[in-house]
Amino acid sequence: MSRYTSATPDDLAAMLAAIGVGSLDELFDRQVPAGVRLGRALDLPAGRPEQDVYAHLRDLAARNVSAEDELCFIGGGMYDHYVPAVVDMLMERSEFLTPYTPYQPEVSQGGLQVMFEYQTAISELTGLPVSNASVYEGPSAVAAAAYLARLANGKGRVVVSRAVHPHSRQTLATTAAGFGAEVVEVGMRDGVTDSDAWAAAIDDDTSAVVFQSPNYLGAVEDAAALAQAAKNSPAVVIGSYDPIPLGILKPPGECGVDVAVGEGQPLGNRLDFGGPSFGFFAATQAYLRRMPGRIAGETRDVDGRRGFVLTLQTREQHIRREKATSNICTAQALNALGGVVYLTWLGRAGIAELGELLLQRTHYARETLGALPSVEPLHTQPVVREFAVRLDADVAAVVERCAAQGVNPGVPLGPDYPELDGGLLVAITERRSRADIDRLGQVLGAAVAAEREGRVAAGVAR
Amino acid sequence: MSAREISGEVPAAAGMQSPLQREQARTIFEKGARGRRAFSCPAPAVPAADPQALLPAELRRAAPPRLPEISEPELVRHYVRLSKRNFDLDSGFYPLGSCTMKHNPRLHERVAALPGHARLHPRQHPARAQGALELMWRLERALAEVSGLPHVSLQPSAGSHGELAGVLLTRAYHADRGERGRTKVLTPDTAHGTNPATVTMAGLEVVKVASNADGGVDLEDLRAKADDTVACLMLTNPNTLGIFDPHIEQITEIVKDAGATCYYDGANLNAIMGITRPGDMGFDIVHFNLHKSFTQPHGGGGPGSGPIAVSDRIEPYLMVPRIVRTAGDGNGGPATFALSEDHPKSIGRLRGFQGNYGTFVRAYAYICSLGAEGLRDASETAVLNANYLVARLRELGVAEHLPLAFGELCMHEFVLSGAPMKRDLKIRTLDLAKRLLDHGVHPPTVYFPLIVDEALLVEPTETETRETLDDFAQALAAILREAAEDPEIARQAPYTTPVRRLDEAGAAKRPVIRQPLAEAEPMNA
Amino acid sequence: MADASYPDDLRYHPEHDWVRIEGDTATFGITWYAQDALGEVVFFDPPEVGSTVTKDDSYAEVESVKAVSDVIAPLSGEIVEVNTALGDDPEAINNDPYGAGWMVKVRLSDPSEADDLLDASAYESSLA
Repeated sequence: MSRYTSATPDDLAAMLAAIGVGSLDELFDRQVPAGVRLGRALDLPAGRPEQDVYAHLRDLAARNVSAEDELCFIGGGMYDHYVPAVVDMLMERSEFLTPYTPYQPEVSQGGLQVMFEYQTAISELTGLPVSNASVYEGPSAVAAAAYLARLANGKGRVVVSRAVHPHSRQTLATTAAGFGAEVVEVGMRDGVTDSDAWAAAIDDDTSAVVFQSPNYLGAVEDAAALAQAAKNSPAVVIGSYDPIPLGILKPPGECGVDVAVGEGQPLGNRLDFGGPSFGFFAATQAYLRRMPGRIAGETRDVDGRRGFVLTLQTREQHIRREKATSNICTAQALNALGGVVYLTWLGRAGIAELGELLLQRTHYARETLGALPSVEPLHTQPVVREFAVRLDADVAAVVERCAAQGVNPGVPLGPDYPELDGGLLVAITERRSRADIDRLGQVLGAAVAAEREGRVAAGVAR
Repeated sequence: MSAREISGEVPAAAGMQSPLQREQARTIFEKGARGRRAFSCPAPAVPAADPQALLPAELRRAAPPRLPEISEPELVRHYVRLSKRNFDLDSGFYPLGSCTMKHNPRLHERVAALPGHARLHPRQHPARAQGALELMWRLERALAEVSGLPHVSLQPSAGSHGELAGVLLTRAYHADRGERGRTKVLTPDTAHGTNPATVTMAGLEVVKVASNADGGVDLEDLRAKADDTVACLMLTNPNTLGIFDPHIEQITEIVKDAGATCYYDGANLNAIMGITRPGDMGFDIVHFNLHKSFTQPHGGGGPGSGPIAVSDRIEPYLMVPRIVRTAGDGNGGPATFALSEDHPKSIGRLRGFQGNYGTFVRAYAYICSLGAEGLRDASETAVLNANYLVARLRELGVAEHLPLAFGELCMHEFVLSGAPMKRDLKIRTLDLAKRLLDHGVHPPTVYFPLIVDEALLVEPTETETRETLDDFAQALAAILREAAEDPEIARQAPYTTPVRRLDEAGAAKRPVIRQPLAEAEPMNA
Repeated sequence: MADASYPDDLRYHPEHDWVRIEGDTATFGITWYAQDALGEVVFFDPPEVGSTVTKDDSYAEVESVKAVSDVIAPLSGEIVEVNTALGDDPEAINNDPYGAGWMVKVRLSDPSEADDLLDASAYESSLA
């Protein structure tokens, strides 16, 4: 018996008697062949009291440098936004935390209505009429959209911009190898997708085209133009979006985008070292019956009460099986709850104000860093909350120097974009005040200078 | 409510509704008023630049999204009231077969919320995320020990995502050996729905294998189908009938002799921890559902996590990044951990970053709490509870109308068939489930697995007390007795839930999947 | 439709589809048994006029709340008309499977294929 089970010796005796076996061993002996019995204890440490487990997990936490411990300017798909206390409180409630998928809708109206509200919010944000109730996260949502396109038109090529998040492109490549599509990458020019190369890459066998806005380098893409270029092809236009800038950016539904997906973490979800978060997935009406994942729909009960149910379930794995639009069973319902609560907390005015705030502070940050010696913007495209600079110094070494000062200046671009070696991706959220940005400028400037000096002293030419 | 009210003779509209039933559902979009707000935006505090210069009009929205405008108290009241329209595991028995609805220890929320875990950015330099990487590495080692397969990836986001990984790994393995003719995946007809869907997504073809009269795999059918066009067998053991296949060693041998891989769907791991291991049964690839056996809360439908463990022959293809441990320097320096992408045969990645780390924290805390003994105790008690419930149902005469579909003993879950009940008492499994709602329990899984007519799949889990199991057996017996008197009662159930039976056909015919909103107004309004 | 019925003037395919043959064109639909097994139909996804159907292959899908089913072509030919009224009223498939619930009209490419079909009593016996 552990602290989570309750069979006392008396219980055990009575239960075994009721079953009609002499011992627990007999229950297993009669069902599990001897040849596969483990026959020894698992080679794991012994169990511990709650307070010891807490101390161990706290010690592990103490060996991580989180956004609590340093000034965080790293982004690259996940962002250190302020998560309001109401989100934590609601996500911890038993009624939202502990049930499973609403298979019995009469006792799941809370969860189903949350899904319906979430779908409405995402539909509003993206300007597309059809949204599901969440998918796992951003990069796999891109892959799921490409699979939808494949089922819809059967064509063989997926055209993707190099400015799309590296993890999205990699996930797309891995899953496309499964369903048999060729992935063609189109390069960048001046920090955005090269529009000539993009148009040239699209042909009659193109199943889907994929871009991201703002893109991985923080630049706002001309979504309408990218979508227009695919107009005379069979391709499904897929846009991957950061949800927060959608408070001020023209929504994908007004740009000719067929399917909009994205990483939902910035909406009320923690960084959590990369997960769990959620992915959003919205589309035009034509794709209603091809949507992956769960969808909540409105209906009435026998007494005429308004209610909600999982609908269009025949698309899902548990009925259609081989012909399913996806294989999603467990998705990210609790994280989507956090998302819709956060969007509600921001509100109509708030999401626009937040967008304008980020626009102003990001511009200030780009100007401040660009004014530093040996630092220049990597591109000058419009940006909302993230931008890229090029350092005339070893980026990894500069980052180390900054970290020692308690500042994490950004994500080095070189490992994912060898052609952008020397690049640094800097993210701004509403938690980064003017004073924080000024400090970033000081620390980064000093680190770059020290690094260059150190190299000169060591006789290393650049 | 009086018996006449429960039976529907006195309509609910005659004033005898609970407040939850009386309250009409209104979405958050139908609440609030212009100008209310919960968010206070900080001032930019930087020199103001012309917003139109920063972001030209052609890239901007004309109107903000029509999100609600409400204050914090309104927001809290709306969502807290909404939460009360949910049944949940903390509140009551939830024997949903195949889902392992075991208690979610609250310690886990506390440790997962520690800022060192919760506010750690996934792109933090690994040297400054050693606690996280060590946690992940230790979790991998524990899962390897539980499964008997040495190489682990924590990356997949859920069980079905882990299945996709497994099938893609199998494809890569065969392709690397030049065997591209292996396009089929064998799955038993008792398999969970995600298996066939996953196979199709991964570009292979499903071939069903028949079950025998005892509910296990039909070995003759398997032998006939296991040839050199088969890539993989996907199986769960115990299966969805709660039956441990006594021929499991022969099954994996037949498949491996045919040159194919064996994939274990870990959804039913709760029956076997510390007792037997998929690796020892002959499987190559296993996925775990951290939201099943390892107590990650179900969250109303996620998040979950679907790590996989694989054998030596599959290891080269495992996803990246992988966690690499370098032993300490022997002078008291600690071991260090890094993320490695240097695996040329890897199939790549299936999602962003490292996986659902928040779920790893909880699963790891659970494994630390229980240890070897506790994990074994969990599985033993899960099997004990399921068999005890079967015995109680037999004692109370329930089994006459709801017999066990296969066998006499079961592992951690069991399937009843409602076919005799339907024939003799004129109520269906669906009606039984709806009437159970009036008894304050969540019904078991209904109409799955498909090979049992009017199926009821019951999984009590190990965290329920004997008293709870007795009460559940009594509730089923009471519903059957009631049906013998008047089947109409169950057919019109439930009566006491916030809403009663819902028109699902109507929802599918003319889908309404978002709240209609008033026309958008320009940005400046 | 409450009671099972299998009109004598129709021919039947074992996969629960019926045919009404009129010269070299034919009308297809699904039988009472099929609509009863599906439950309440919520959506019918029709093929395009002008497309080809092949005997024994699926030419459309019909969806109920709980299942999706392939609709199998009893004979081969070219689709000349589709029952677009089913878009707004898919329940006609349940209520009147042999009348208002008709699905497509086809110009037959090989009328002799009808020899393989069952008559009403043979089909009804096969259901037992």
